[in-house]
Amino acid sequence: MTATVHTPRRAGSRGGLRRGEGVAGWLFTLPIIVILGLFLFVPVLMALWVSFSDWSGRGSPLSSNVSFVGLQNYAAITTDGGLPERNFGLALRNNAWYVLLVVPLQTALSLFLAVLVSRAALRGRGFFRTAFYFPSVTSSVAITVLWLFLFSTTGVVNEVLSWIGLNGPNWFNEPRGILHLALAGLGVDAAPQSLASGSFLGVTWWDWLAGPSVAMTALILMAVFTTSGTFMLLFIAALQNIGGELSEAAMMDGANGWQRFWRITLPQLRPTLFTVITLGLIGCWQVFDQIYTGTQGAPGKTTMTPAYLSYTSAFTDQQWGIGAAISFILFLIIIVFTIFQRWVLRERAVSRRRRRPYEQAIAAAASRRAAS
Amino acid sequence: MKRHTAVRLLGVGALATTAALTLAACGQGFDDGGGSDASDDLTSSDDALTVMIGSSGEAETAAVEEAIAAWSAESGVDAEVLAATNLSQELAQGFAAGSPPDLFYLSTDQLAGFVDNGSVRAYGDLLDNKDDFYPSLVSNFTVDGEFVCAPKDFSTLALVINTTLWEAAGLTDADIPTTWDELASVAQTLTTDGRVGLAFGAEYQRLGAFMAQAGGRLVSADGTEAVADSPENVEALTYVKDHLADGTFAFAADIGAGWGGEAFGKELAAMVVEGNWITGGLAADFPDVEYTVAQLPEGPAGPGTMQFTNCWGMASDSPNQEAVLDLVEYLTSTDQQLAFSEAFGPMPSIESAAADWEAANPELAAFLAGSDYAIGMPTNIGITEVITDFNAQLESLATGDPQQMLESVQTNLEAVVGG
Repeated sequence: MTATVHTPRRAGSRGGLRRGEGVAGWLFTLPIIVILGLFLFVPVLMALWVSFSDWSGRGSPLSSNVSFVGLQNYAAITTDGGLPERNFGLALRNNAWYVLLVVPLQTALSLFLAVLVSRAALRGRGFFRTAFYFPSVTSSVAITVLWLFLFSTTGVVNEVLSWIGLNGPNWFNEPRGILHLALAGLGVDAAPQSLASGSFLGVTWWDWLAGPSVAMTALILMAVFTTSGTFMLLFIAALQNIGGELSEAAMMDGANGWQRFWRITLPQLRPTLFTVITLGLIGCWQVFDQIYTGTQGAPGKTTMTPAYLSYTSAFTDQQWGIGAAISFILFLIIIVFTIFQRWVLRERAVSRRRRRPYEQAIAAAASRRAAS
Repeated sequence: MKRHTAVRLLGVGALATTAALTLAACGQGFDDGGGSDASDDLTSSDDALTVMIGSSGEAETAAVEEAIAAWSAESGVDAEVLAATNLSQELAQGFAAGSPPDLFYLSTDQLAGFVDNGSVRAYGDLLDNKDDFYPSLVSNFTVDGEFVCAPKDFSTLALVINTTLWEAAGLTDADIPTTWDELASVAQTLTTDGRVGLAFGAEYQRLGAFMAQAGGRLVSADGTEAVADSPENVEALTYVKDHLADGTFAFAADIGAGWGGEAFGKELAAMVVEGNWITGGLAADFPDVEYTVAQLPEGPAGPGTMQFTNCWGMASDSPNQEAVLDLVEYLTSTDQQLAFSEAFGPMPSIESAAADWEAANPELAAFLAGSDYAIGMPTNIGITEVITDFNAQLESLATGDPQQMLESVQTNLEAVVGG
């Protein structure tokens, strides 16, 4: 083979040395196309079909006695006003609060830990890195069981709270939302008329605003505890890729540590931040193991999530179409959130307001030079 | 160059073959299993049987394996026992793939759904011993007038009393409560700091007994009418609510126990409303706790309790249903049910085993006595969701409004049962 330089050819053009390369390319990618198609694409399409069908769970969903029912399954969970709709509303409410709290907390905590263990001056960095990463490599089932013990009525958490004179709640059996509890503390016990009358997906606005239940809060703490380690690793890798020059230059300009972090380090972490938030969002909207092994939706359905509801609808209640419809709505929610945060975190030109001080400084320096 | 092409062709061939084989293998799982239950005849073949059970533990698995091995030796049909870790999920997978286990445990809440989609073959009327089953169990497994499957065994709720605490409080056998008022007063006597008189789970599966004692139920006996918001049910829930409020009754979860048995074993409660499975739990985890079992007290409408049962479900897609039927008759026979009872504690589902069972377990007679008036869990399609929702509401019964709860249950029930 001589090392001649070829101009790239369009696939499919025949003749010359590169004849048939297109075929070879397809051939080499065929195994993965088949595997992905068989185990990913076909099942997803089948699930999509199930969500539009009246498949009852017996035999193939593609058989002739399964018929198309249009949007009936989707209507059952969004507009029919029955129990399925209310369940779906509650599941969305629970998961929305979960996402709202877990994603920012885990991102902030993992970034904080990453910055800490990346500092050159820290002794025993390896130890801390391992310690922080440890919860992430432990099975979520084991951690859930541990959590159930820690947060039981007579568990360690309530014991510690009692040392400082606090009477801990019955964590995993307390269905009241923390915002409702806080409002009750301020003397607001019942819903104002405006919030009690209106409802969305069978759940009143007052209940949408309940906040995560105490039980869900314990799961939120668990999610932050277990996932921060993984994301810390991503941030550590990103921090190691950032050169020291910019920070040193900023230091010369008199920026303090805080300013250097916000103005120099953080903007350079944007791609990693995107990754972490995206993975966090997806993971949080799909939360299932903790619910399945831990609370099964109790107390008062406040830890029921769409993923768990989809599972119980299909496997326990034999409502396969509804189960599939829930998972596709979940899919849409995740897509929308990812697009939204991609838009928020997009690369932007420096705004005019931000640019102005620099321009003025440059202009001033130029005029000084001209004057001298 | 030529060799190159040959190798490539070989590669293409290999890949194509692999892909075809994979697709074919995948396709096998999806054969259409419909239509076989149109005829009244059972299928028959030489195929080995698969029996899937949702086992409570080693003892149950071993007992079922032993029984089925004995039947195999007798009948000459091979049979394998699979202990499922998640029975409903594994059954659903089997039905979807068209290759379900031949025989399996089937719970009352899944019964109607599986009958409706044709997964389960109704065979009750073909059983030789069908008249031996308790009528209340048969009606629990009857869907649209058809006796679907043979009750495997059953449990009822009774009042389990800690004898040590009972005597310490100065109570005697004569004080065992037979009415709601007496129950409330002994619960009051037994309540101390850190211990409640009576505990039970916050679920319809326990409170339903009080509703039955008041004369109420969720779904009418024939399963066609939602009757949740009756004055009887309100009375029952109000009775429980009042005593939850005065601290003599408590839900197990509210006193830091996973279920009634744990609350009882840890002596967080002096009495619990539980089923006969509690005996196994106590023997394993709290062997020192002494207890007696009494029938639940009578309410305004007389005695009432709940019964829980599973049946032996037969798959429509089973290729050897005749052998399955024979196996079911063997497994539900008097001797075999007594053997199961001895091995892992359930109550036999047939009346001919009652006398022997009572002789063997005199201290548990109250559980069996409950079978005379027990009501079963409703079996309508979609009922599980409604009961789950009701249970979620019951958790806050102490501060809730019984009337309002039952009204919402009624609305939900009407959607699945009809008014």
